Amino acid sequence: MELGKDLVAASATPLVLAILAEGDSYGYAIIKRVAELSGGHLKWTDGMLYPVLHRLERQELVSTKWETSESGRKRKYYRITRAGRQQLAAQRQQWRVVDETLHRIWMKAVKA
Amino acid sequence: MNTLEDQISDWREYLRRHRAIGSRDVAELEDHLRDQVGELTGAGLAADEAFLIAVKRIGSLDSLSLEFAREHSDRLWKQLVMPAAAEQSSANVTELFVVVMLALLAAVAIKTPPLFGFEIDHDSGFYARNLGFFILPVLTVYFAWKRRLGVVTGGWLALGFIAAGLFANLYPFARNGDTEVLAALHLPIACWLLVGVAYVGGNWFASHGRMNFVRFTGELFIYYVLIALGGGVLTGFTVMMFEAIHVSAGWFVGNWLVPCGAMAAVIVGSWLVEAKQSVIENMAPVLTRLFTPLFTLVLLAFLATMLFTGHAIDVQRNVLIGFDLLLALVVGLVLYSASARDAHAPPGIFDALQFILVVSALLVDLLALAAIVSRISEFGFTPNRVAALGENFILLVNLAGTAWWYGSFLRQRAPFAALERWQIAFLPIYSAWAALVVSVFPPLFDFA
Repeated sequence: MELGKDLVAASATPLVLAILAEGDSYGYAIIKRVAELSGGHLKWTDGMLYPVLHRLERQELVSTKWETSESGRKRKYYRITRAGRQQLAAQRQQWRVVDETLHRIWMKAVKA
Repeated sequence: MNTLEDQISDWREYLRRHRAIGSRDVAELEDHLRDQVGELTGAGLAADEAFLIAVKRIGSLDSLSLEFAREHSDRLWKQLVMPAAAEQSSANVTELFVVVMLALLAAVAIKTPPLFGFEIDHDSGFYARNLGFFILPVLTVYFAWKRRLGVVTGGWLALGFIAAGLFANLYPFARNGDTEVLAALHLPIACWLLVGVAYVGGNWFASHGRMNFVRFTGELFIYYVLIALGGGVLTGFTVMMFEAIHVSAGWFVGNWLVPCGAMAAVIVGSWLVEAKQSVIENMAPVLTRLFTPLFTLVLLAFLATMLFTGHAIDVQRNVLIGFDLLLALVVGLVLYSASARDAHAPPGIFDALQFILVVSALLVDLLALAAIVSRISEFGFTPNRVAALGENFILLVNLAGTAWWYGSFLRQRAPFAALERWQIAFLPIYSAWAALVVSVFPPLFDFA
C-alpha cells in the first residue's frame, strides 16, 4: 500500500517532531526511524526530508548543530525546541480529531 | 582507483550546480548518502551498486532542488528553478519593452517642469523637494506591473504619493530654509516605503519579502553607482569630442544628458537587479565583507582618539548629517550582510567582527546624542537638531537591539532569524519618522 502524496506531506511535520521528541537525531536516522515505525508503508524520497527539516528550523520548531559523528564526518543534528513541543502537542490534538471522526463514520459503515 | 569517492564528488559537484541547494545543504545530503552507501555495502552490495541505489533514494535532482527552492524561496529568487526557457524569453522581451518605456517616462518626467516655467537653475528648491516624485512613482509602477499588484493596493500607493506631493508643494517654505532642506532630504526616505510595498507585491508580511527588498535596495545602490561611473565617462567623452570641433556640448550635457540619464538609470538599475541577480549577488557580500572590518577599525580609532584627546563632537548641521549617515551606513552594512547571510550557518569570526562594529557604532551614537542634547539645552530647538535627535534616537534603539540579538546569536542563545526579524521590523519606522519630518516639522518651526 502506498500512501497518497498529500497525506505523506501532511504527516511529515508531526512525525518528524515526534521522532525528535524521543531525542536529538539527524536526517538519515530520522528516515530509518520513519520506515521502522510505519512498517515500510510510509515511503519518503530521502531527499525530501531535508526541506521539511529546514522549514521546521526556520519556524524555530527545531534547532540545529553541526557535530562530528563517530565516523569522523560533519553531521547536522536536529533538536526539538520548546515551540516544537507545543506544536507537536497541538498537531497531536488535531490528528486525534481527524482519527476519531474517520473512525466513527467507518465503524457506522461496518455496523450498517 | 577510488571509484566511490570519485562518484560521490561528481554527484556533489552536480548538486552544487543546482543553486537552490546551498553548500551546507549539500554537505548534509552527502552525509546522508554516505550513511546509506555504508549500510548497503554492509548488507553485501558492491560499492557502485550501493551508490546507485543511495542516489536513487535521495531522489531526482530536479524534484529535489524544486523542493529546496520552495523552502528556501530566497534562493528561488535567484531565478534558477524556473519554468520552460521558451516561455521565459518572450516574457523577457515584454519586460525589456516595459523597462525601456518606463525609463523614457522617467527621463521625460524630469523635463516637464520647465514647460510650466520651473527651471533647475532658478527653482532649485522646487526640484529638491520634488526629485523623488519624478522617479519613485515610475519605479512603483514598474513593480506594480511586475508583481501584478491589485487595484486596491495600487490605489493606496497612488494616494500615498499624492499626499507626499501635497505636503512638498503646498507648504509655504521659506526659500532655502532649514525645514525645506529637511523635507527634501526626508521625502525620498518616506516614499521609499511605498516602492517597497510594490516590490513585495503588496504582501508586506510575506516571509522573505521585506528582506528581499532590503537586498534589492543595496543592490540597486551598487548598480546605480556603477551606471553613474559609466555615465561620467560617457559625459566626459561627449564634452571632449565636441570641444574638439568647437561646439560646446555643456548645455546638452547639463540640461539633458545628466538629469535624464540619472532618472532613467534608476529604472534600468532596478531592472538589472531583478534580471541579472546572480551577478551582483556575488559582489555585494564581498563588498560588505571588505568594508565591515574597515569601518570597525575607523570607529574604534575614532572612539580611542576622542577618549585620548577629550575633544567632544562639534554639532554643526553637516556634522550631524554626517554622523546620521555614518550610523545609517553601519545599520546598512549589518542589514545587508544579514540579508546575504545563510541564516542557518553557525556564528563565525565575521559575526564577531560585526558585533564589534555594532557596539562601537552604538558608543559613537551615544556620544553624538549627548552632543546634540547638550546643544539643544544650551541653544534651544532648531529643526535640524530635533531631526538629528530623532534620527539618532531611532538608530540608537536599532543598534541596541541589534547588539542584543547579535550577542545572543554569538552565544548561541537565539537563532540568526531573530536578528533579521528585529531589523525588518524597523523598516517602516525609518519611513514613518521621515514622513513626520516632512509633514509636521515645517508648520512646527514656522517653515523657517
